[in-house]
Amino acid sequence: MALLEVKNLKVDFDTTDGVVHAVRDLSYSLEKGGTLAIVGESGSGKTQGAFALLGLLPRNGTASGSVMFDGKEILNLPRRQMNKYRAERIGIIFQDPMTSLNPYLRISRQMTEVLEHHRGMSHSAALVESIRFLDAVRIPDAANRVHMYPHEFSGGMRQRVMIAMALLCQPELLIADEPTTALDVTVQAEIIDLLVDLQEDFGTAIILITHDLGIVAGTCEDTLVMFGGKVMEHRKTLDLFANPQHPYTQGLMAAIPRLDKKVDRLSTVSYEFMVGERQA
Amino acid sequence: MFGYVSRRVLSAIPIALIAVTACFFILRLAPGGPFDGERALPPATLANLRAHYNLDLPLIQQYFLYVWRLLHGDFGPSMVYNDFTVAQMLWIGLPFTLMLGFSAFIIGTAVGLFAGALSAVNQNKWPDYVLVMLVMVGLVVPNFLMAAILQLVFGVYLNWFPAGGWQNGSLVHLILPVTVLVLPHAGRTARLMRGSMIEVLGTNYIRTAKAKGLGQRLILARHAIKPALLPVVSYLGPGLSYLLTGSLIVEQVFALPGIGKYFISAALNRDYGLVLGTTILYMFIILAVNLLVDILYAWLDPKVRYH
Amino acid sequence: MAGLTGKDAVLTEYAKKLETLDAPKGRSLTQDATRRMVRNKAAVVSIGVVLFIVLFAFLGPYFLPWTYDKIDWSGIRKPPNFEAGHFAGTDQNGRDMLARIMQGTQMSLIVAGVATLVSVIIGVVYGAIAGYFGGRVDAVMMRFVDIMYALPYILFVIILVVIFGRNPVLLFVGIGCLEWLTMARIVRGQTLSIKEREFVEAARASGASSWAIIFRHIVPNLTGPVVIYATLTIPEIILTESFLSYLGLGVQEPQTSLGTLISFGAPVAETLPWMLIGPAVVLVSLLLCLTYIGDGLRDALDPKDR
Repeated sequence: MALLEVKNLKVDFDTTDGVVHAVRDLSYSLEKGGTLAIVGESGSGKTQGAFALLGLLPRNGTASGSVMFDGKEILNLPRRQMNKYRAERIGIIFQDPMTSLNPYLRISRQMTEVLEHHRGMSHSAALVESIRFLDAVRIPDAANRVHMYPHEFSGGMRQRVMIAMALLCQPELLIADEPTTALDVTVQAEIIDLLVDLQEDFGTAIILITHDLGIVAGTCEDTLVMFGGKVMEHRKTLDLFANPQHPYTQGLMAAIPRLDKKVDRLSTVSYEFMVGERQA
Repeated sequence: MFGYVSRRVLSAIPIALIAVTACFFILRLAPGGPFDGERALPPATLANLRAHYNLDLPLIQQYFLYVWRLLHGDFGPSMVYNDFTVAQMLWIGLPFTLMLGFSAFIIGTAVGLFAGALSAVNQNKWPDYVLVMLVMVGLVVPNFLMAAILQLVFGVYLNWFPAGGWQNGSLVHLILPVTVLVLPHAGRTARLMRGSMIEVLGTNYIRTAKAKGLGQRLILARHAIKPALLPVVSYLGPGLSYLLTGSLIVEQVFALPGIGKYFISAALNRDYGLVLGTTILYMFIILAVNLLVDILYAWLDPKVRYH
Repeated sequence: MAGLTGKDAVLTEYAKKLETLDAPKGRSLTQDATRRMVRNKAAVVSIGVVLFIVLFAFLGPYFLPWTYDKIDWSGIRKPPNFEAGHFAGTDQNGRDMLARIMQGTQMSLIVAGVATLVSVIIGVVYGAIAGYFGGRVDAVMMRFVDIMYALPYILFVIILVVIFGRNPVLLFVGIGCLEWLTMARIVRGQTLSIKEREFVEAARASGASSWAIIFRHIVPNLTGPVVIYATLTIPEIILTESFLSYLGLGVQEPQTSLGTLISFGAPVAETLPWMLIGPAVVLVSLLLCLTYIGDGLRDALDPKDR
C-alpha cells in the first residue's frame, strides 16, 4: 500500500476577482521512502497542492478530493486531528527560511516545543535531541548555537535549522517546498545533498517541490510536471529527461541554460500547446 | 540588556533638559505677563512684583536660576495663587490626576489588547464585527461628548452613579470619569492590536508553528502575542500622553480635584511658574513611561537588544 | 476571469489580441486601488456623507432665513419650529441652531484643512530630507522627532493658545506645526526604500541635484501613504479643535465651531436637548466617515488582509 495517495485534489481560492482554481485534478501516489519531485513555474499550483495535504491553505482556500495517508483520509481533517499528523508523521520545509522561523524565539524553544508537544519529552531531553538533529544537518557548534535567535544565522543555516526541525519526530513523509529557492547557488547544492543524505539515513519519503529542473535530476525517482494547476506529465525522472513527452515539458527542458552548447538567445517556454487544449 | 537600559536612561537626560529649555523660552517669549489684569497696576507695585519674582533679571539669568532651583526640586512660586508655591499646588492636584490617568491607562490597555486579539482571531466573524463597531464608537465620540452622554444617561436618568464631584472620595465617583478615559484608549489599542495580530497570524512563522502541529492556544500564546504586541507597545507612550490630555477635560466636566483645572486657568493667566511646573512634571512622567516602553520593547524584540 | 492560474485562458485571448494589435494596457495601480475603494461600501457611503456635510456647511446657510449671529427675540430657547424657520431650534440667545451648526461645521472643516495642509507640508519635507540624506543627518533629525513625541503635545497646544489665542487661524497653523511628527516618520520610511530604486539611481547618474531628486522623483512617489495619513489626520485635528473650543480656548463668539456648540449644549442637554444633539450628530458622523475613508484608502492602496 502506498504511503500517500492523492486523488483528484482540487484547490480553489475565493478572491475579490472571483474563484481561482489553483489546483485542478491532481493525482499521484508515493511509496514509503520514495522520492517525488513536483516541478512547475510559479502559480502552477504546486505549492498550494502540497499545503492542502497538511491543511495549511490560507483562509480563503478550500480543498476537495481525497488524500490517503497510510490508509487514512487526511484531507480537511478537523484541526485537532490534523495536528497529530503535522510534524509527527508529515514534516514540511518552507521556501523562505528567513521568515519561516519565529524571529522572537530562540532556536532551542522553537525546536524543543515540537518534541515536548508530540512526544511529551521534558525540556532538557528535548534539548539534547534537538542538538543531535542540528548536528545531523551539519550545523557546527550546535550545542551553543541552539540558544541563539534566528537573526544570528545565515540563510543556509536557517534552512538547515528548518530541516532539522521538520525531522525531529522522524516523520514518514517530508514535504520540501522550494527549499533552495531563497538561497545562494552554492548553498543550494549543499542543502540538496543534505536532503538526499537524510533521506537515505532516515528512510523518509520526500516530496520535493521546485521550479528548477536542474536540482531534480539526481534527486528524485519520479517527477511530476504541473502547469496551470494541472498535471502535464508524471513519469520516472530518468525517462522524463531522456524523452519529454508533453510539449510544455519539452519547452521547459529547452529553456534550461546549458554550458556545453553555444546559443545566441536563451529559449523561453512557448504556451502554444494551450491553444490546442482549449479548443479540444 | 543592562547596557541598553543604562544607555536609554542616559539619553533621556539631555531630552529632559532640552524640553525644559524649550518650554521655558516659548512661554517667556509669548506676549503678555501674569500681572496684565483687568486693571493696570501702579508702576511701583508692578516693579515690586516683578522684582519679587525675579522677572526684572535678564531672561538668560532667570533661566539658569530656574534650572538651578529645579534641580533642587523647587518649582518656584505661583504668580497668581500667591499663597502657594508651585510644588505645593502640584502636590495637591497631581496625585489625583495621576491616579485617574494611570487607572484608565491600565484598564484601557488591558481591555484594548484583549478585544483586539479576540477580534483578530475571529477575523470577519460576528465577534469581530461587534468589536470593530464598539471600537469605532470609542474612537470617534470625543471624550467631552462621551462625558456629557454618560452623565446624562447614568448620572441623571438612571441615577446609577454620581454625575460628578468627589465629596467623600468614594470610588463610585471614579466610574464614569475612568470610563470616559478608557473608551478611546481601549479603542486605539484594540485597533492597533487587531491589525498587528492579523498581520502576525498571516506570517510564515505562524504557518511553521501550525505545521508543527501545535495547538491554537500555544501558537497564540507563544508565537503570536509577542510580535503582535510590538506596535502596540510603541503606541503606549503617546497613548498615555493622550490620556493625560483627556484627563484635563474629564476633571473639568466631572468637577474633580485634579491638576487640570489649575493648569488651564494658569495658562490663560500667564502664571509662568505653574504652567512651567506642570508641563515639566508631565514631561518627566511621559519620559519615564517612554523609557519603560523602550525597555519593554527591547525585552520583546531580541533584535533591538543586541544593537 | 483572470487570476492566479487562469493563465491559460488569458494567454490565449491575449495572444489573439496581440495579433490584431489591440492588446489592453495592464491595469495600473491607481485603477486597481480605485476598484478596491469602490467595492468598499463603508468608504463609498462615507465619501457621500462627508460630501453632503461639506455642502451642508458651505451652501446650507444661503437657504436659511436666519444667520448664525442673528438674534430672534421672539424665539429664545425654543425647540425646532418650522413656521418660524428654526428647523433645529434656538439657543439661549435666540440664535438659530441650524445656522450655527452650519457655521460651526464650516469653521471645523476650514481649521482641519489648514492644519492638515501645514502638517503635510512640514512632515513631507522633513521626512524626505531625513530619509534621503540618511546617516548622521537622519539620526539627528529623527532623534528630534523622538523628543517631540515624548513631550506632552496638548500642553504645547495650550501654550500656543496663550500665544495665538485671539487668532484662530494662526492657532491652527500652530497645531499643524505640532501634528507633522507621524507624517515625517512615515515619509522617511518610504523615502528610505524609494531612494534605493532604479529610477532614483538613474536620476543621480544623470547628474540631478539632491533637491531635484527629492522633489521630482521621491516626493511624487509618496502620494499613497501621504494621502492616507492626511485623511487620518483630518479627524484628529477636528478633535483637537473641538477639544480646545470646548475648553473655551478655540474659536471666539459670535463665531462658533462644533466643539463650542457641544460645550454650550452639554450642560443644558437635559432641558434643551436640541442644543446638544444637532452638533453632536454632525461631529460624530464627520469623524466616523473620515475614519472609514482613511481606512478604506489604506486598504485600497496597501491591500493587506486587515
